[in-house]
Amino acid sequence: MIERARQALLGAACLLFTVCLLWAVRHLVALPAEQQALSVLLSRWLPDSGVSHPVTAVLLNFRSYDTLLEIGVLVIAGMVGISLARTSALEDPAMRSADPLLHALLRLFLPLLVLLAGWLLWAGSSRPGGAFQAGALLAAAGVLGRLAGLPMAFLRPGTLLRAGLVLGFSVFLLIALLGALDGRAFLAYPPGLAGALILVIEAGLSLSIGMILLALFVSAPVAPEEDADGGPPA
Amino acid sequence: MSSLLMAGLLFTPLAWAVLCLLLAFRAARLASVIGMLLQMALSLALWAWVAEQGGFFYHLGGWAPPLGIGLRVDGLAVTFVLLTALVGAACGLHAGLYLDPSRPWQRYFWPLFWMLWAGLNAVWLAGDLFNLYVGLELITLAAVGLVVLGGAAPALEAALRYLFAALIGSLAYLLGVALLYAEFGSLSLVGVGEGAGSASPAASFALLIMLFGLAVKAALFPGHTWLPPAHGIARAPVSALLSGLVVKAAFYVAARVWLELGPALEAAVVGVLLGVAGSAAVCWGSWQALRQPQLKLVVAWSSVAQIGYLFLLFPLSHGVPEAVSLQAQQGVTLQVISHALAKSAMFLAAGNLILSVRSKRVEALAGVSRYLPLSLFSFGLAGVSLMGMPPSGGFAAKWLLLQASLASGQWWWAAVLLVGGLLAAAYVFRIYRASFQEVEESDPFYHPPRSLEIIPLVLALLALGLGLVAEPVLSVLGLPFGGEVLSP
Amino acid sequence: MTSALLYVLAGALLCGGGLAGCLLVRHLLRRLLAFNLLGSGVFLLLVGLPAHRHGSDPVTHALVLTGIVVAVAATALALVLIRRYFHLTGRVSLPTGRQEDR
Repeated sequence: MIERARQALLGAACLLFTVCLLWAVRHLVALPAEQQALSVLLSRWLPDSGVSHPVTAVLLNFRSYDTLLEIGVLVIAGMVGISLARTSALEDPAMRSADPLLHALLRLFLPLLVLLAGWLLWAGSSRPGGAFQAGALLAAAGVLGRLAGLPMAFLRPGTLLRAGLVLGFSVFLLIALLGALDGRAFLAYPPGLAGALILVIEAGLSLSIGMILLALFVSAPVAPEEDADGGPPA
Repeated sequence: MSSLLMAGLLFTPLAWAVLCLLLAFRAARLASVIGMLLQMALSLALWAWVAEQGGFFYHLGGWAPPLGIGLRVDGLAVTFVLLTALVGAACGLHAGLYLDPSRPWQRYFWPLFWMLWAGLNAVWLAGDLFNLYVGLELITLAAVGLVVLGGAAPALEAALRYLFAALIGSLAYLLGVALLYAEFGSLSLVGVGEGAGSASPAASFALLIMLFGLAVKAALFPGHTWLPPAHGIARAPVSALLSGLVVKAAFYVAARVWLELGPALEAAVVGVLLGVAGSAAVCWGSWQALRQPQLKLVVAWSSVAQIGYLFLLFPLSHGVPEAVSLQAQQGVTLQVISHALAKSAMFLAAGNLILSVRSKRVEALAGVSRYLPLSLFSFGLAGVSLMGMPPSGGFAAKWLLLQASLASGQWWWAAVLLVGGLLAAAYVFRIYRASFQEVEESDPFYHPPRSLEIIPLVLALLALGLGLVAEPVLSVLGLPFGGEVLSP
Repeated sequence: MTSALLYVLAGALLCGGGLAGCLLVRHLLRRLLAFNLLGSGVFLLLVGLPAHRHGSDPVTHALVLTGIVVAVAATALALVLIRRYFHLTGRVSLPTGRQEDR
């Protein structure tokens, strides 16, 4: 009974929220159109950003601090994922398949996906694309391989996997510090090198993003004879 | 000079997170101690710089807002950075001794701990609404990871509750940011504040929804239900970090947004509503703390109550004279600092007590007062600050809030302060009564290493002494913020 | 009616529906989907509102891309936790009632 009343109350609150939101949106939509100061600034400084695609310029130069922290969030998710794995390999051999059709398909798809990821990475500087899209494709290649049961020994929660998870993040962080040590602000690129450094960062990030997403996809199997967490040492 | 300090402050926690992920537990512990010392030195140097030269804006990547992201380095921000360094280092040192290195997953404590630290610093210093969102998410995910460390079923359950509440809160905040950006075309807090000259319905709704989301993340009653399980189940040093610092981050963002937009948008009703919710939190949280069978849940529910006091800022800073508003802001700031110190001390002491009696229940404490006086003493000292007795920081905070509520003619908030203090005394004395029960046999307890007991004692003494140095602390907060840009 | 306006309307409705799902649905996976609906709604509003007013705005595209990565990270983390929770307890939803008294 109380549960029903609670649900009704929450439902009514959601309805009220939607109505208020639509009302606020109606007000915003009716505002006069005007030239936006931020867009003007963006086109003014785009040539100095080292890339010609405005979204990439915002992501990896003007607001690169957001991107740095965002990769931090992704790294945390990856870390927690592997911290919950209780088996020596994240990948489960029982799930390998020996379907010849699948393997034939994979031989075609895997190189294609990797190639496409590389192209997206390269395209990011001048048109839609970039590290996350490339990383997602790499992860997709991994997921395909995993579904088809390719052995994935590298997904062992060991030093190699951990290093892979943070590779892109570390590269980004070191380049960020470089600017500060050189007398500029944190995250400032040396003049003239912005384009090249952004590509380096994006390459590292693609690999790491792909690895993090793949690790999260396969992680957290529960070992059959798991020892219960015993609490603090006594 | 200050540019290098800023770079170091931002770089160190993130770099140490990477470093500690690659090292095993003991090596990561050693590295972390060095990192904590470094971070402490940097925070102290930055604090001293701001205390001497005044605050400044720091433009990341050399791009000025609104195109780039500017950090606002003022007295309040550096005080919280220093507080984070202090409490973080204490919890880190405690965790290094408290966690069991033989369990393979404990090594992940260190990278998550550093990520949490990085997120906290990012939030204290942020001057950009979207950057605040990313910073809050960094904190949330790291905090959830720390709660779930070990991956037992009850921890998973608490972590899932926490994760869902925090994620909904973040998205509500982001929705508000989207509406504000659509109206004012800027993401910097200053830019939006300048735009919001007059009351606008969309901006008011945006403010409301942001405050709602942040209140859930700060565990304001009635959105507090996720806090006791999460803070109760986590390891003691993790609980200390979460209660001491993490919930304050969401409150800090709410206060910054409110002080920037609240007056312009004439949102008095929202302020009163938040004040009422805060008062309810004080009463309900204290009452629940009084009834909990487990020691750490007593402390966790006490956090729900103590967070309630913070939300008195909202009614006391709106539509009142400037001096009264300032008094309320100072009182709330002191409450944040003293609660951070006292509550982390209390959780660490509670962790030690649980280690000693090998049980989480309050009744198991019988006899503790005779054989383990030190941890109990720290617990009590921290309790003094929570009750708000002189000369503690809690007393100074409540005194300022009391003055503000009387000066603004809103005397009813003073009654909340009184009731909350009495209930806090009741739940602290309940623990004491349990621990003074005599036991028959000779010392049955495990004695933790002395260094484990010293850390909460130091924090509790700091919370106690805060009232004596309230004046100098507040003077740094009130420093003139020149607003000049630091361009390296 | 411009396409941006359509995005804005869809975004507002998705926000309402997503929030209702987050608060009312008990099944953890469905609740996670509702969270993603809410997120999509917010992202649509974030891109659509300025687009309707000023035309395409690359800054919002970058913000949404960042927001999506954060949402993906949070979703993946939640999935890992839910999966392990299901393996350990066999439950697909969190128990109701008073947890803190256990």
